[in-house]
Amino acid sequence: MGPQKGKRGVPLMSDLRDLYQEVILDHHKKPRNFHKIEHANRRAEGYNPLCGDKLSVYIQLENGIVKDISFVGTGCAISTASASMMTESLKGKSESEAKEAFEKFHQLVTNHSDSPPDAAAMGKLAVFSGVREYPVRVKCATLAWHTMRAALDQSQGAVATE
Amino acid sequence: MTAAANKNIPYDVEKARRDFPIFCEPVNGKQLIYLDNAATTQKPQVVLDALMHFYTRECANIHRGVHYLSERATESYETSRAKITRLINAASPNEIIFVRGSTEAINLVAQTYGKMFVGSGDEVLISAMEHHSNIVPWQILCEEKGARLRVTPMNDAGEFVFEQYERMLGPRTRLVAITGVSNALGTVNPVSEIIKLAHDRGVPVLVDGAQMIQHMPVDVRALDCDFFAFSGHKMYGPTGIGVLYAKERLLEKMPPYQGGGDMITSVTFEKTIYNKLPYKFEAGTPNVAGAIGLGAAVDYLQSVGLENISAHEQELLACGTLALQALDDVRIIGTAKEKTSVISFVLEGVHPHDIGTILDKHGIAIRTGHHCAQPVMEFYGIPATARASLGMYNTKEDIEALLWGLRKVREVFR
Ligand SMILES: Cc1ncc(COP(=O)(O)O)c(C=O)c1O
Repeated sequence: MGPQKGKRGVPLMSDLRDLYQEVILDHHKKPRNFHKIEHANRRAEGYNPLCGDKLSVYIQLENGIVKDISFVGTGCAISTASASMMTESLKGKSESEAKEAFEKFHQLVTNHSDSPPDAAAMGKLAVFSGVREYPVRVKCATLAWHTMRAALDQSQGAVATE
Repeated sequence: MTAAANKNIPYDVEKARRDFPIFCEPVNGKQLIYLDNAATTQKPQVVLDALMHFYTRECANIHRGVHYLSERATESYETSRAKITRLINAASPNEIIFVRGSTEAINLVAQTYGKMFVGSGDEVLISAMEHHSNIVPWQILCEEKGARLRVTPMNDAGEFVFEQYERMLGPRTRLVAITGVSNALGTVNPVSEIIKLAHDRGVPVLVDGAQMIQHMPVDVRALDCDFFAFSGHKMYGPTGIGVLYAKERLLEKMPPYQGGGDMITSVTFEKTIYNKLPYKFEAGTPNVAGAIGLGAAVDYLQSVGLENISAHEQELLACGTLALQALDDVRIIGTAKEKTSVISFVLEGVHPHDIGTILDKHGIAIRTGHHCAQPVMEFYGIPATARASLGMYNTKEDIEALLWGLRKVREVFR
């Protein structure tokens, strides 16, 4: 097969590589911060009924700073990698910075305007910009982020959502 | 032409494909490989023509006007009902109620027959492989009535376990509601035996025929089922139209489902007299065009012959199953001895959603997810499957394309 054209006559693998970038596949295979935090003071569960993806996000919040953050669950490559990279990017951030990052990430994967959010400013997370072309996959990419925000919005006493 | 008359004519899939305009042009820049027939089927030109003809030549409301067009529309609508009566061998057109689809048909039974005959402490019996639409209406009813929803198990192959059913069919069972064919697994259930045993114990049976009617000849009188539900859009007909078959004797006893126009004989503010069957259950302006389109789909299916379609699909099923079984990293979910052309599977290390996206990029449409059968997924301990479901126009090349597509999936996830 040529470098660009699939057997069925359209450029394929290059498109797919925009979605399934190496970094994403790597985080899918070896998710980072993939464990429970036993004494987390923030926690929420996210569920995407469409694909059956389920994950829990744990946060140790101290003086408004995300001291530690982790997740466990099952999901597709996009949702697992997104969760993994989110935990990496939010460690040490303040609560308001984390929420700001949620907004930016959401924009990154949904924005169709001519001026997409500054990908460079997103750092590593910019690899998710390919999701934009796959509207049905946006929910996969944002599941962990929604769950993270729900965890942050919890009052301290109401951690156990089960 | 009857289906039987067609038995000896070899089935020509290439000819059948030409009846479907969607296969004649590229979709999203590619030749469509459509393997999502259990979700909905494509429509042949004759069905599209029937819809177009109604809206361009015959459009009027039915059962209301004395004018020419209304009479024509009424006649076409009722002709469709007659076609469906013959298709499933109902005793009378009075037993054919037009609804939106299987979902509405089942809800209708739950909200009328169920409300009347299921009481506190009673039981409704379903199977472990039901579509949500044959679970939730019964849950709602049972909740309302203080009744109990009981679930007969299936085995690891995804087959109905008759001995368990025999045990669970108890003195409080008021209704058995069972799918004829599982949409997630393809399992064909022994409905005839299921009905027989229920009847021996005086219990009526609803068959969810949504995945049955397009794959095999159905004879409701031979089956002796009390209710039979199906959707037009899964049998090459339009969306928004479906059928509830019910025995006339039961329909007579059941209260109406919805109130409104057409379902009454006379209305005063003091008292309303309900219309005769089947109109008692068809309140308001129905999907006239849809019913006419469904009639055209029935004609089409009968002209091709359901036996021919079934034989063709079984060949594809065998070929696809063999090919997928040969792959080390694929596990087929649902390995019943008797199946329709549905192949659900999981691929090691790749979530079904990722498979779906990559195949789609190559013009191959499959369904991924829980297929509105979350209890089935839970049974197998998986969040989702990828499902290829084959229809009358699929070919061995389509299966080859699927295998080729799976190699592409592995290339991405290598
Ligand atoms: C077995 C089964 N029952 C019921 C339904 C519901 O059909 P509809 O959505 O057309 O009402 C489906 C559709 O997927 C089905 O597969």
